[in-house]
Amino acid sequence: MKVFITSMLTIDLDSERWECASCGHDIGNARDNYKKGLLVRERDPSEVHAPILDKEKYDFTFSPDPDWCAILEYCCPNCGHLAEVEYLPPGHPPAHDIELDIDALKAQWAKREPLDKPVLGPDFVAPPHSH
Amino acid sequence: MGDDMDIGGAPSAAVQDFLKETSLYLAPDPEIMNNHGLEPRTAFEDQCIGKEGDPVRLEIVRERILAGVNESYEMLENMGAAPGAKWGDCVSAVYTASGDLSLASSGGVVIFCNLVQYPIKFVNKYWSGDPTVGIKEGDVFIVNDARYGQAHNTDQSMMMPVFHEGRIVAWAGATVHEGENGAIEPGGMPSLAEQIWDEGLKMSPFKVAENYRLRRDLVTFLQNSVREPKLQYADMKVKMYVCRRIETRIHEAIAEYGVEAVVAALRMNLEDTDAEVRRRLLEWPDGTTRHAWWTDGTLRENVQIKINLALTKKGDEITFDYRGSSPEFTNRSNNSLDITVKGMLAQLFLTFIWPDIPRNQGVLAPVKFIFDNPSVLKPAFGTPNAQSMMTVFTAWSAGQVCAMKFLYSNPKKYTRVLAPWFNMINTFLFGGLTQHGEMVGNVCADINGMGGGALADRDGEHGCAPIFATMSDIGEQEFIEEEMPFIQIVSKKMMKDNQGFGRQRGGMGYQMVLAMRDSPAFGFMLTAMGAKFPNIPGLFGGYGCPTYPLSRVSGVDVFEILKTDPGSFRYSIEELMNERPFKDAKYTTHPMTLGYTLAQRGELYMISQGTGGGFGDPLDRKPEDVIRDLDEDLISHDVAWRVYRVVYDNETLHVDEEATEEAREAMRKERIAKSKPFDAFCEGWVKDKPSGKVPYYGCWDDKTMVHAGSPDTLHPAAQVNPPVIMANPLQVKIDRLEAELAACRKGQG
Repeated sequence: MKVFITSMLTIDLDSERWECASCGHDIGNARDNYKKGLLVRERDPSEVHAPILDKEKYDFTFSPDPDWCAILEYCCPNCGHLAEVEYLPPGHPPAHDIELDIDALKAQWAKREPLDKPVLGPDFVAPPHSH
Repeated sequence: MGDDMDIGGAPSAAVQDFLKETSLYLAPDPEIMNNHGLEPRTAFEDQCIGKEGDPVRLEIVRERILAGVNESYEMLENMGAAPGAKWGDCVSAVYTASGDLSLASSGGVVIFCNLVQYPIKFVNKYWSGDPTVGIKEGDVFIVNDARYGQAHNTDQSMMMPVFHEGRIVAWAGATVHEGENGAIEPGGMPSLAEQIWDEGLKMSPFKVAENYRLRRDLVTFLQNSVREPKLQYADMKVKMYVCRRIETRIHEAIAEYGVEAVVAALRMNLEDTDAEVRRRLLEWPDGTTRHAWWTDGTLRENVQIKINLALTKKGDEITFDYRGSSPEFTNRSNNSLDITVKGMLAQLFLTFIWPDIPRNQGVLAPVKFIFDNPSVLKPAFGTPNAQSMMTVFTAWSAGQVCAMKFLYSNPKKYTRVLAPWFNMINTFLFGGLTQHGEMVGNVCADINGMGGGALADRDGEHGCAPIFATMSDIGEQEFIEEEMPFIQIVSKKMMKDNQGFGRQRGGMGYQMVLAMRDSPAFGFMLTAMGAKFPNIPGLFGGYGCPTYPLSRVSGVDVFEILKTDPGSFRYSIEELMNERPFKDAKYTTHPMTLGYTLAQRGELYMISQGTGGGFGDPLDRKPEDVIRDLDEDLISHDVAWRVYRVVYDNETLHVDEEATEEAREAMRKERIAKSKPFDAFCEGWVKDKPSGKVPYYGCWDDKTMVHAGSPDTLHPAAQVNPPVIMANPLQVKIDRLEAELAACRKGQG
């Protein structure tokens, strides 16, 4: 049974493996940090948030300062889909951001029906016009 | 449940009695302030619940009282004089006799009323039995000092006991973000505050009305202490009558259903909420999610400040562990009280995760908090906190990211998973003499124009609402201009490329281009972070917001230019700053941390509201959605290609689907080619300490040890010695200039 943990990552409860939600590629042990099974690269923040003001003229341009901020992109090694983007001070250790109790997860889903896609939640229903 | 985990043992009864009789100063009571949980049931509540236990009948009573509270909120919003009241930064609520928040108005700011539990409990504990004060029917109490229980000192709350046959059966409360409070800067949120005495009014909870009449001697004292005396009086009257309306509606409910039903409804509302929240938490996976974020300043200088969160959910409880966050700044205003963090997180659950849950403090009953004490999120008693939002909003967003990583897998959701909402107060504060000769000091309603985060299947809403009040308003600019001597020449116009990119993009922020006119003395200030390090990330492969500066054009009177050469004006920050259309004007950019500055007629002050975070990989965004944004001038051709890789005809905007898919596939392959496996990447990239290019505060990789500015010195968390004391930025500048001068003189000699 697969559990949709993020929009780009699933956990296969039977094999206890992280998998890419886009291509099904095996990412790694579900009891470990999923990032270990992804590829990562650093982006200069101006490559993503390009200056809106002329950087030759101004100190502040709407683009993050590279001395303060680096952007790490994590992608699936098979299909190249982005699974996570992390903003960090340069050199700061990346977070082990999702660490689930896999035994508890298996017990929880043993009582649930498998899903073939993630549940988005209730639809927005506009309130009736009242004036 | 509900007590902080760092509370020591309670003193003995004998010691408590001794202290009670001999206390010279009734400071905020740690026993009250450290407990965000529910008070125990009183004997009377037990008795009432024993008699009135039918949940259907209690729900009818609850709805009846809620209708009264909502009616009182309408009064508050329509009659309140402060801009904060007019645009929804206010709330009204009913509390139990013990002081727990039981029913908040459906509109308004939940955090405000969540924190009023503390001053009510203070009044109950200290004033009810004090022969010089006491609590009688018709009394009204007031408070604004955040350390006794407010979100920040710019808010003022009034609280009225509701009696029935000589017994307090409930409390009514009303809170407004009043703005002006006599601080060192106008507007109530002084970034210049270096000590708590710079923060203006320090109202501990005290009685300000008897027999439903405000005491004019006390009102006059308060008016005499602020820059807007008429506002102070007007809104005290409004808040008192709002409380009185709630009191009336409770009395009517008692007359119809009986006092037992009313008291039982208020109490069971809390207990039922606690039980339902626990049931819903059981639906979440067990585990820990972690998220750290950094603010980039204190509002006086740019430094990197870490907010560190590990959110652990086990069974039906959840723990927010903020240890490892920055030390406190003992002479800066950007520290946040822990109660403010807790109140904001109640708002997270009640509006962004479970909006169907009754708005009361029972939502936090299953929640534990751990802070380093002291730290930037739990400062010492004498540490300023007037600009707590600089820190608490980041702490809130960290909580939002961590919670969403628990929520996505849940088969049963009560609302949708959301990328981070924009979280900073990108708005102008103002103060001075108006065109009508009035002295004012307050904040623009653009504070409420934060961009919404993207959802899994829907883009975020533009300029939607602030994170602290999902049903507030950004106001009518023309209305503001009738009262204030400044004009937003560009107002509510989205800023191109100011977007949280993603499969679904964040809701975007709009530009504000202001110029003052018609006043001999009027100025602006700004109190926002995020000019060097963005304020929010995206989610699941989406990007966060960019950074936001203040842009200024000085040495010019644009009102004269608009008369003589209107064609030269440009209606966006980008064009005004990059094209520099006004000869001889000075064009500069700054962090959005402007201390109160007197404006010259026709100078331009320009900022942008922020965008919500994007959701998912931008390469998965539907090409037609990219083209729609392009067509609506929300993004440039550069972004359409560089970020979204859409190929289209520049003239017709017709998409070439095949070429787009090829370009996207090529970019995915480029990602793979340019990336490394995680461990190999970390080996070369991760450093064992901060770079030293930027003053750094908070932990690096070990949450038990924190930096206090230097990359080379670590302190045990909560034991930073010497404490962080920042130099006066002006003195820093003078010292640097004097050193340069001395070097020049030496060279000449």
